[in-house]
Amino acid sequence: MIVRLVQRIAILLASLVVSSMLVFAFMAVLPGDPARVALGTSASDSAVAQLREQFGLDQPLVVQYLHWVQGLVTFDPGNSYVSHAQIGPQIADRLQVTLWLVGTGMVLACILAIPMGILMAVRHRRPSGLILSALSQVGVAVPAFLAGILLITVFAVGLGWLPANGWTPPAEDPALFLKQLVLPALSLGMVQAAMLTRYVRSAVLDVLREDYLRTARAKGLRPTQALLRHGLRNAAVPVVTVLGLHLATLLVGAVVIERVFVIPGLGSLLLDSVSNRDLIVVQDVVMIIAMAVLLVNFLVDLVYLVIDPRLRVGAS
Amino acid sequence: MTPVPDTAPASGQGSPDDVLSVRNLDVTVGGRTLVEDVDFTIRAGERVGLIGESGSGKSLTALSVMGLLPEGLRATGSVRLAGVGHDLVGADEARMSRVRGKEIAMVFQEPMTALNPTMKVGRQIAEVLLIHRTRPDRASARAAAVELLAQVGLPDPATAADAYPHQFSGGQRQRVVLAIALANDPALLVCDEPTTALDVTVQARVLDLIVRGVQDRRSAMLFITHDLAVVATACERVMVMYGGRLVESGPVQEVFTRPRHRYTQGLIGASDLTAVDDRGRLVTIGGSVPPAGQFPAGCVFRNRCTQATEACATRPDWISTGPDSGYACFHPVPESGAPGTGTPAIQEAGRG
Repeated sequence: MIVRLVQRIAILLASLVVSSMLVFAFMAVLPGDPARVALGTSASDSAVAQLREQFGLDQPLVVQYLHWVQGLVTFDPGNSYVSHAQIGPQIADRLQVTLWLVGTGMVLACILAIPMGILMAVRHRRPSGLILSALSQVGVAVPAFLAGILLITVFAVGLGWLPANGWTPPAEDPALFLKQLVLPALSLGMVQAAMLTRYVRSAVLDVLREDYLRTARAKGLRPTQALLRHGLRNAAVPVVTVLGLHLATLLVGAVVIERVFVIPGLGSLLLDSVSNRDLIVVQDVVMIIAMAVLLVNFLVDLVYLVIDPRLRVGAS
Repeated sequence: MTPVPDTAPASGQGSPDDVLSVRNLDVTVGGRTLVEDVDFTIRAGERVGLIGESGSGKSLTALSVMGLLPEGLRATGSVRLAGVGHDLVGADEARMSRVRGKEIAMVFQEPMTALNPTMKVGRQIAEVLLIHRTRPDRASARAAAVELLAQVGLPDPATAADAYPHQFSGGQRQRVVLAIALANDPALLVCDEPTTALDVTVQARVLDLIVRGVQDRRSAMLFITHDLAVVATACERVMVMYGGRLVESGPVQEVFTRPRHRYTQGLIGASDLTAVDDRGRLVTIGGSVPPAGQFPAGCVFRNRCTQATEACATRPDWISTGPDSGYACFHPVPESGAPGTGTPAIQEAGRG
């Protein structure tokens, strides 16, 4: 167990180093001088040179890389070339917004998808199961932005129960924060739930065919009890995998929802930075996303270890 | 029945001696009949073998008794268990769940997949005691689980209880499955080819444990196998099944030395690895087992039987030759001229 854990942590650290190198190298080989790009074509050569010196762009690449990594590790990635604003607080702010949105959306998705998926699997031969199955199929086909627009049309425009868009930090006005969170989180959650439901269903169906579930019933457990006590934990492995993948992609993937609901999230920051040619911010955001993906995968691996004792054996 | 904690293994004192009586059991799926008109009785403490080639309906018969037929299959007829006030056929899950694991228990063929991979084996054993409230709390159930693990011969049972199934070999896992099955001293233990998936060297030891386990508890046993030697060691009586029907039944010694049904004769002939035909090949039963539901009308064996005549197109009646013995054949092996070669030595050869 400990061996496995140390292994995983080592893999995580190595992946972080490699991905930082990749991100840096990719940005470095992009044609164009960031300083020139930031100042525009009309800027004088001396102004460009001054900016290059100011941001250390005249240093060798290795020094630039180490400087950048140092900034990331100390949570002080420096200032934007374009707006000259501090990047750290900006990213922290945006990340927080996205985490609230995606976190709430995923929790909603799980609350909807896990019981639905189980029900669909248990009733896979009965009409109720088939109807749920068809509904989830429709759900998968609906893009998140359409779900968002529909929700806005009904609950914001039609019924007027909730605000159509906007974002308020929870510390500022908790009630407004919650009101504004409901619709975007719901549209994200519903679409995710539709997909997740199908994974839960197939995982539970697989488990229902397992011999140990028959053993559980031969012991005197009713079918539902047998599934709850012996099946769910075994069905969790594939579901956790999918959950991890979705969670990681949603950090930027939520950008569509962010646009629909005018929410200043991380995905929006990335898009804005790209259109502003704010290359250092792009580089930092991409790195944050890479870190998040790696971290989620690491956590998923840890969850595997908790779920399945067969994986706890240290590799030889 | 209410789940009252009682210490007696089975409250089957009402009816004389029968633990299990199966009457007119049919198993059907769609329009096809997979098991037809199966009729038998098992008495308290009796060990009965059920043999036949793969696809003859042995496992379905066992699963019908447990009420664990796969989805889509339907049993009709009657299965009564001593001390249980209702018919097991058609009983709802609530009632069956009180019977399963307590009055009847089952050991399955595949020990590698029969246990939950994510639960410690001690807990898996303790669970069956807690479900039926034969132990009042977790601590005593756990102690009983360790004791059961010791009974089935696992070294260091206390440590074994805290291990997961993947840490055991196939033979050891089957011992754990047996411990679960015997935990509540069932009146009837159903074994579906419990040694088939095991190494030959382990088979004999596990078989011995099963027999000792049921003997110690005075439990009856229904033992399914296609290994005639196993039946000869473990059982007192044997029933031969083919094409979803019982074709012969009787005391092991009698059936194996003087079989009457031509199918039984063929099975025993095929299990004799010293006998060869003219071309020097091992003796087998000609042809193969037809797919389920496609056995011939009349006598189900007639398309593979060397003795079959016109008469076999109608279904042969059961001819009783004793309290527990009989056969269903128009052209039985004559009583004197049986070519039975004594107790078959090794596993049946030439299975379909």
